[in-house]
Amino acid sequence: MKLIYFAWLKQRTGTAEEEVTPPKEVTDVAALLEWLKSRGPGYAAALRDLSVVRVAVNQEFARLDHRLEPGDEVALFPPVTGG
Amino acid sequence: MIRVQREDFDPARETQALVEGKHEIGGVVSFVGLVRDLASGGAISAMTLEHYPGMTERKLAEIEAEAHARWPLAASLIIHRYGRLEPGERIVLVATASSHRDAAFEACRFLVDWLKTKAPFWKLEETPQGERWVEARAEDDRTAKEWAQPKSKPEAAE
Repeated sequence: MKLIYFAWLKQRTGTAEEEVTPPKEVTDVAALLEWLKSRGPGYAAALRDLSVVRVAVNQEFARLDHRLEPGDEVALFPPVTGG
Repeated sequence: MIRVQREDFDPARETQALVEGKHEIGGVVSFVGLVRDLASGGAISAMTLEHYPGMTERKLAEIEAEAHARWPLAASLIIHRYGRLEPGERIVLVATASSHRDAAFEACRFLVDWLKTKAPFWKLEETPQGERWVEARAEDDRTAKEWAQPKSKPEAAE
């Protein structure tokens, strides 16, 4: 699974992009975020307040209960501020 | 038409090219977004726009298709820049062309409102106190939601 981070999520996790193989019990977005928190203090800090974290799966906005597949591209970012 | 680019654009030339040869067009409305030197937290010297290549183009194309579904547009264009921009520089151009002005005005406003809340861009401001990520405004969300239901279909305007 490919993970991509943008804006302050990239800064706090110290990661722009990574390939991960989460444990089998990680089947949806909510479980993925919980698992990521356990990967280090930067991840825990970045994901402490999920109300300011948005998720896209394969470049479409996704909710916490969205089911994940091994080949998915999952992006984590704050609410958007373009225009 | 959608373009996501680092380079500046010329609004006059872009709107001219958009309507060129399409003589059914009665009017073109354009919006140009600029970098301000003042943000909610004080002065800024520059901002850097980051985006999600791939998803950005996909979302902008979806938003544009939605505008064409709601209004009888003859042509439209969204150009959004990324990278480091200084106050006074252009960020975004939205142009809509139609036989009649109502559709062009309304669709332009719709596109600007929706792209602010749906296209994956993030602004990092440079301030005297250091760098700061711009936070999304609840007001922008409310404005975008007002368009959730088509309220000005062409048949309703007649």
